[in-house]
Amino acid sequence: MLHIYCPHCGEYRDEEEFHSVGQAHIARPLDPEACSDEEWGEYLFFRKNPRGLHHELWVHSAGCRKFFNMTRDTQTYEIKEVYKIGEQPTVVVQLQAVSGAQS
Amino acid sequence: MTQHNRLTSGGRIDRSTSMTFTYNGKSYQGYKGDTLASAMLANGIDVVARSFKYSRPRGIVAAGAEEPNAVLQLGATEATQVPNVRATQQELFNGLVSSSTNGWPSVDTDVMGMIGKIGGNMMPPGFYYKTFMFPESLWETYESMIRKAAGMGRAPRETDPDIYDSINQHCDVMVVGAGPAGLAAALTAARGGARVIIADEQNEFGGSLLNSSEPLDGKPAADWVHDVVQELRAFENVTLLPRSTVNGFHDHNFLTVHERRTDHLADIAPAKMVRQRMHRVRAKWVILATGAHERPLVYANNDVPGCMITGAVSAYINRYGVVPGNDLVVMTTNDYGYQAALDWAAAGRKVVAIVDTRSVANGDRVEAARQRGLTIITGSAVIEVQGSKRVTGVSVAALNASGTQIVGSVTKLKADTVASSGGWSPVIHLSCHTGSRPVWSDAVVGFLPGPTLQKQLTAGGINGQYETANALQEGLEAGQQALAKLGLPDVELVLPKVKTLNMAAPMSLFHVPHLKPTSQAPKQFVDYQTDVTAAGIEIACREGFEAIEHVKRYTAMGFGTDQGKLGNINGMAVAAKALNKTIPETGTTVFRPNYTPIAFGAIIGRNCGALFEPERYTAMHKWHVEQGALFEDVGQWKRPWYFPKAGETIQQTLNRECLAVRNAVGILDASTLGKIDIQGKDAREFLGRVYSNAWAKLPVGKCRYGLMCGEDGMVFDDGVTACLGENHFLMTTTTGGAAHVYEWLEIYHQTEWPELEVYFNTVTDHWSTATITGPNSRKLLEELTDGDVSNEAFRFMDWQQITVAGVPARVFRISFTGELSFEINVQANYGMAVWEKLIEAGKKHGLTPYGTETMHILRAEKGFIIAGQDTDGSVHPYDLGMGWCVSNQKPFSYIGKRGMNRSDCVRENRKQLVGLKTKNPKQVIPEGSAAVLDPNGVKPLSIEGHISSSYWSETLGRSIAMGFIKGGLDKMGESVFYPLADGTVIEAEICSPIFFDPKGERQNV
Repeated sequence: MLHIYCPHCGEYRDEEEFHSVGQAHIARPLDPEACSDEEWGEYLFFRKNPRGLHHELWVHSAGCRKFFNMTRDTQTYEIKEVYKIGEQPTVVVQLQAVSGAQS
Repeated sequence: MTQHNRLTSGGRIDRSTSMTFTYNGKSYQGYKGDTLASAMLANGIDVVARSFKYSRPRGIVAAGAEEPNAVLQLGATEATQVPNVRATQQELFNGLVSSSTNGWPSVDTDVMGMIGKIGGNMMPPGFYYKTFMFPESLWETYESMIRKAAGMGRAPRETDPDIYDSINQHCDVMVVGAGPAGLAAALTAARGGARVIIADEQNEFGGSLLNSSEPLDGKPAADWVHDVVQELRAFENVTLLPRSTVNGFHDHNFLTVHERRTDHLADIAPAKMVRQRMHRVRAKWVILATGAHERPLVYANNDVPGCMITGAVSAYINRYGVVPGNDLVVMTTNDYGYQAALDWAAAGRKVVAIVDTRSVANGDRVEAARQRGLTIITGSAVIEVQGSKRVTGVSVAALNASGTQIVGSVTKLKADTVASSGGWSPVIHLSCHTGSRPVWSDAVVGFLPGPTLQKQLTAGGINGQYETANALQEGLEAGQQALAKLGLPDVELVLPKVKTLNMAAPMSLFHVPHLKPTSQAPKQFVDYQTDVTAAGIEIACREGFEAIEHVKRYTAMGFGTDQGKLGNINGMAVAAKALNKTIPETGTTVFRPNYTPIAFGAIIGRNCGALFEPERYTAMHKWHVEQGALFEDVGQWKRPWYFPKAGETIQQTLNRECLAVRNAVGILDASTLGKIDIQGKDAREFLGRVYSNAWAKLPVGKCRYGLMCGEDGMVFDDGVTACLGENHFLMTTTTGGAAHVYEWLEIYHQTEWPELEVYFNTVTDHWSTATITGPNSRKLLEELTDGDVSNEAFRFMDWQQITVAGVPARVFRISFTGELSFEINVQANYGMAVWEKLIEAGKKHGLTPYGTETMHILRAEKGFIIAGQDTDGSVHPYDLGMGWCVSNQKPFSYIGKRGMNRSDCVRENRKQLVGLKTKNPKQVIPEGSAAVLDPNGVKPLSIEGHISSSYWSETLGRSIAMGFIKGGLDKMGESVFYPLADGTVIEAEICSPIFFDPKGERQNV
């Protein structure tokens, strides 16, 4: 059972007080009407499933009811950081700087 | 029966307290302090099981958690049956009832054993996959036969009379294992001021020291253990948990500890005692001092009862005063194995020979055996055992230096017990539970804990440190490290003096060769519990299974309740050899919780029966119960389903309740509807974004119905929201959807539109709601209120703050029945009082309580949907014919707008909600029935839709139904057909879903 630091409560609490909501940083398009069906489908349904670092949205549902983000290693379950909505992660996957690598 | 294997003195048993137990219906005696296994051995019970596949007789091999054979069924009554109990871990109590779990008619004379003997060669690995796969339809039959033959034990058929619970614990240091390393670690940490929990699966602390004759500080080891335990007990910051197995080491230093509090006392826990308790421990640091399990060697017929591991022989002699035989042969690859022979000889029984696979043996224990005059045969092995229900003799032959071939002639020796030692395997299970992979050590000849992310330290046998002096030292150091990590002061601890023994290097040997090739030699068992042989593993490798995880699954190695504690390393060694790889290259399988089997009761704790899931009652629940209501579960709520009178069938009740509402007045407890209080200057804007209809102009004092859609445009909830003030709204949701809607509002506010000033609070429990509905509802309300509730002063879709029965109430004039209705909301603690006043005053108006079933019928007569019944996540408002509830004028692209305009959502021929009238008005179409256009067409018939709601309407004197039909809104008047499972077909006409009062006049009176 994960031990999670709630950035709003300022405390470590057990996982059973929390609820994982899925991938973080899925912004609702500002102008949905301008989206093609494909773009809307991309926003609605397509999510990453990485082995390793993942940015997730969590909610302290049985606590302060606040949402926050978490950078978690999906392989080791190590929580690298938690950060509030609107903030950006500091722990990110380092893209290998290989010369001539595709973007 | 006499305990003919019991010594007259020695051991940690109380010979003055005799205990009676039964095994397979026969009565035996043991002593307090015995395990079931030691008592069985004392009585000379050889056969404790029949094997899984070949039905071979099996005896006790080990003395602890690793025991693969003595896995018994316990329980004196049906309700107290416990399967999968290791006799080696079950303390004896007076009146214990045990039985073997397989063998027919008994373990001693077993029919399957004959088949095993004849058919052994016809049952290769993968036998079940190969034989029982086809036809697939018979798999269930095969499975029950295999299970019966395999002897897995059985669950009780009656309710467990015992109670279980769980407790959350926090500590600085969790010490797992109370052997020399664990005790030294715990004492160090405790003296340094750390909060310590120390758990051990045995009834007494001491671990290996309990089984050993080795002195500490020149005194019996038990004396030191006693002193340490006394000191630990005196600390306020220390919790001692004997009889507690740390079964799981989970992420972020979370451990599950299974404490057996009364299993050693009686069949049923003594009054008021909790039988087992789960400690859920979050530890800052974990010290694993779990020790090691001895590995038996793999040799021909190594499963005949009488074949044991050497450590177990010492444990039975030293701890229980039981010598499990008369004439012992020891086979060992290391110095530790000699100890069994030394203990056996000290107990006064005959050591036939010590067979050492090494060509040279010269450690201190070897020397002690020589001085005692024991026969030592070096460079040799026991290659085969004779006997069937008990060892009668062994064949010994010389080996080459690498132990791969027999080089000499075979000598036969008479013996009834063979104790083998292939070395020790560190108990690394817990260290692997969180995903850490173990690392092979050639020096230890075993796997050691690998790198881990957990805050974990290890000490003693788990590190391959098997000498007591080293284990003590490592324990001390682990305790000191933990103190340093915790920022606590270092402490002094003087360890007891132990004689350091001179040890010769062990030989790396797992599988003893035979004169014949493995495939033709008598069976050489690797995993006793699942009957996996060395030959079987070789076949698996030959058939192309190269990954050890595949070999495991193909052969079933390690699949038993012992999870391969004894046999896995040997199996990996055999596989490695067959694949021409090293053991580390072959790798190990993954260890997962739980370490030993655990009762379901301990997992569920108190969360069973009425406490399995919380039940939510409204303030009027007691009244409903008193009126004899039947209840329906809606989420966690108990809602009155219907209120039958004596002698009524359910349909008669529903008919009566429906007519009462249509002709007089009915009352419904609507308290369970979700209620969310919404405030803030942007509350109105927010509502416009989450509902599909318009909210900008809703005046204070008015209510409005709204549909809530997902971003895909599909309806997921609905309800009425009232404008309480310019910046204050009360939203109602469906009973089951309340929590989801609340989180939905929060997530959009917190993550998408934090700039909106709006606040939400769930107030479902704060209010009690009594809905009075029917033509007499106003007359009833007028009697109890100070407000003017006339049609002129209190319009349909208004709400007013008035008093009802003297209590401040929010009354909403909204209707889910199509009748004149008032929903009376009062503070929940007044709910019952107001309800009772309404009931009393309602008598003369024909007030009738009704439940959810009548509510469903009444709303269906009006064509009102129920979200979750008439919606399934695939219908948008237009599919429901509720385009009137969608606003395309709103400037903000509200949730659902883009989704319901996707190409698939605007195409022709979508399934649409319509009403359905059966041609025969007496027929009620079953809900869920599929619609077809031509029941006599070519099969498979094309499904045109389905029935979502269907009832008998007493009001209309006919059946009514709502359902989905492709392009249904354009097919009014057409016929569709519903073929039923019984072969009959119901014809129905597509119509408007509003069956009753189509102009909606009755709610406006």
